[in-house]
Amino acid sequence: MPQGVPGWTTDDRGLAMSARAWRAVTVAWPPVVFGVGLLAAWQLIVKVFDLKPYFLPAPTSVLDAFADNFELIRRAAWVSGGNALVGLVIGTVVGVAMSFLLMRSRLLNEMVTPLAIALNAIPIVVLVAVFNNQFASTSEVPRRLMVTLIVYFVVLVNVAKGLRQVHATHLELLRSYAASPYEVLRKARIPNAVPYLFTALKIAAPGAVITAFVAEYFGGNQNGLGARITSNLSTSKNAVAWAYVFGAVALGLAFYLFSIALERLTITQRAASPQGEST
Amino acid sequence: MRKALLFVVALASVAGVWELYKAVGPAAGGDVLGWRILPRTSDHAMPHVWEMIGRLFDPESRSSSRQIWRVVLSGAWFSFRLALVGFVVGSVVGVGLSVLMARFGIVRRGLLPYLVASQTVPLIALAPIVVSWSGRVHPFGLDVPRWSAVSLLGAFLAFFPVSVGTLRGLLSTSPTSLELMRSYAASWRQTLWRVRFPAAVPSMVPAFRLAASASVVGVVVAEISVGLRGGIGRLIIEYGRQATSDPAKVYTAVFGAGVLGLAMASLVGTTDSLLMRNRAPAEERAQ
Amino acid sequence: MTVEDLAVEPTTTSAVRIAGVSMTFNAGTPRAVDALVDIDLSASAGEFVSLIGPSGCGKSTLLRLVANLIEPTSGTVTVNGKPAHQARADQDYGMAFQQAGLFDWRNVVRNVELPLELKGWDRRRRRERAMEMLRLVKLDDFVEHRPWQLSGGMQQRVAIARALAAAPALLLMDEPFGALDEMTREHLQAELLRICAEAGTSVIFVTHSIPEAVYLSDRVVVMSPRPGRITQLIDVGLGRDRDDDTRESPVFYSKVTEVREALRGIRGATDDELAIARALLDGGRDAAGRAGVDDR
Repeated sequence: MPQGVPGWTTDDRGLAMSARAWRAVTVAWPPVVFGVGLLAAWQLIVKVFDLKPYFLPAPTSVLDAFADNFELIRRAAWVSGGNALVGLVIGTVVGVAMSFLLMRSRLLNEMVTPLAIALNAIPIVVLVAVFNNQFASTSEVPRRLMVTLIVYFVVLVNVAKGLRQVHATHLELLRSYAASPYEVLRKARIPNAVPYLFTALKIAAPGAVITAFVAEYFGGNQNGLGARITSNLSTSKNAVAWAYVFGAVALGLAFYLFSIALERLTITQRAASPQGEST
Repeated sequence: MRKALLFVVALASVAGVWELYKAVGPAAGGDVLGWRILPRTSDHAMPHVWEMIGRLFDPESRSSSRQIWRVVLSGAWFSFRLALVGFVVGSVVGVGLSVLMARFGIVRRGLLPYLVASQTVPLIALAPIVVSWSGRVHPFGLDVPRWSAVSLLGAFLAFFPVSVGTLRGLLSTSPTSLELMRSYAASWRQTLWRVRFPAAVPSMVPAFRLAASASVVGVVVAEISVGLRGGIGRLIIEYGRQATSDPAKVYTAVFGAGVLGLAMASLVGTTDSLLMRNRAPAEERAQ
Repeated sequence: MTVEDLAVEPTTTSAVRIAGVSMTFNAGTPRAVDALVDIDLSASAGEFVSLIGPSGCGKSTLLRLVANLIEPTSGTVTVNGKPAHQARADQDYGMAFQQAGLFDWRNVVRNVELPLELKGWDRRRRRERAMEMLRLVKLDDFVEHRPWQLSGGMQQRVAIARALAAAPALLLMDEPFGALDEMTREHLQAELLRICAEAGTSVIFVTHSIPEAVYLSDRVVVMSPRPGRITQLIDVGLGRDRDDDTRESPVFYSKVTEVREALRGIRGATDDELAIARALLDGGRDAAGRAGVDDR
């Protein structure tokens, strides 16, 4: 580190701080460079090959379209995001409640787990077509119901696992204290299950957004982000469609970051979080 | 055996709950605390389970005399093949990318944050766009058939879990094994084939399962986006539109989608068992 | 092919020569650690040398320098008359670690064949040699077994068979018996001596256990930490024929005590008072020298 350069001191702390900053740059530059490079390459390819907008609009035109339609995009995101949020909250609450039941009854557990695994393989999102018939055509309930179902199974499986799979040593310890099942629940099972809940949320939150979009492709109200993408495409407004796609990406990221923030707020120090199951 | 039996019981209880709700629920749909969230229970909106099953054996429509189950099955078979292609292509690309990332730290650090983020963003939002390319785009003067765009979307959704899972596996080789290979003056490639890949298989197996179901979802949604003839996605939409006149029809297509998903899962599950056949049972596997 | 074919011609060149070796991790940064400073050590052909010392004394680091798994910051390491990296490229040594490190997707015999596959041996020759090794470690009944079906001691025996598969002149071992129970340990120590005597292999053996070091070695190298260096070299002199009775002989006990005291002398300031007190009780001895006060 050169001396006499403004901003750099020669004492140890100064050395350590600038070393840390330098290390941060060394670590962080690849993804930043990669992202910038990707955008630049995209722009270049579109210009050089003179790609028609129906194939790939230039990032600059997408940015323009995003700015122009910002209010519309925001409103559409509100609709889709609202569906995702409602489903996420209800699915989580019901999932947690049912997981207690699953914890108590081994038989119920053995029945539900294969069902959950099978449902994971099946594209149950097609059930939205069924739901659309059971509610009014302007109702958002089919989409919310779909999101709730998907979130419910993810939360159920993971939290039930957390409640059941307590360390054998912990259970033996509490047994030696002659603790009642309720005390075991409070002292060991629930604290053990909390990280599992957050692992489930980190899977379920983006999953809720994705499900909300897919549900829109099945008909019904056309005011969500997913539906807007299709409608703009069909009217050949590709740059606008891509702008809605970026809105969708932002929404998904927001939900994921929200679940991470929730985790950070409530869990302070823990050993590595458990490997989650998507069902 | 017990598991299969319990699964059947679980299915039966789902059917039971369906019928129970149908018996007690409001025919025109109901409100709970002012929110219209209870579905209609009329025979129109909620056919009986036996009606759904019965409908499988009736002709498809007035114009076609084929039994519905045949139509649905061939639709499911069509989509199955697309999903399989998507799964295979996605897996190959995913594994290739993960090897690149394992080998070159710079590629990993540059690419991995985007991969992780992409798992959370709704790629499915791109479905209509990807599908719109077919028929309109002619790379190198070749025709891009519409079905391949659908498979491509399946591959798109499949390759992310595979690359993340494979990378995790490749990087989790035990330090002892790596030191051993270094003591043999083995090249990176030799170490990859003899140690990293075999050690990564337990991580790749759940990734493949995720990729299989992702591929199915991608294909079905893409079919719906484009209305691809022959696939189960289009059948679902079509029958869904006829629900007012023929309520049980759409359920037959839903069953078809279920069969599709289960077929894909069994195929991948068998491959998984093959890959893991000589491994230590889970409890004994050294971490 | 017999075991005699594995014997190495006695040479006048030493098997391992470590000259002026120092190892500093994270050199040039504020987190630099002097793992080893100024190490000079020679091991002759056929000799069994143990490295012993408290945590952080650099014994495992030294072993890895000989194995050329890491490069020294300064100094040279010569194995079999060649620079260490050449010895590794030529596969002149075999290595065993604390974890057996067997591949659980291969059965026992295929695990032993691993180094031979990398050397490009053909299938028949590989299988012959692997079976020979397994007979040597008395595991020829478990050839088709999978690693998880074997006990810890058996897994380590497979690892030793693998380390010897290419008939190296030198064996490098990093606490291979550390994870095993005492009875299995003693049994495997006897086996190891038998095998190395038959094949004339030189061994550098890292251990935490004083009895193990004394039982196995011709020489014990006592090391101390912060920074890592060699404090003392102790000739064991128990002769070539060692068995269970050896463990109970007076010579054995006195050597164990000698090693233990060498190790005790290493521990820091807190032991100074103890050492001085002992020296005063002994009387007539050089108190400062015994306490090691001037040795930092």
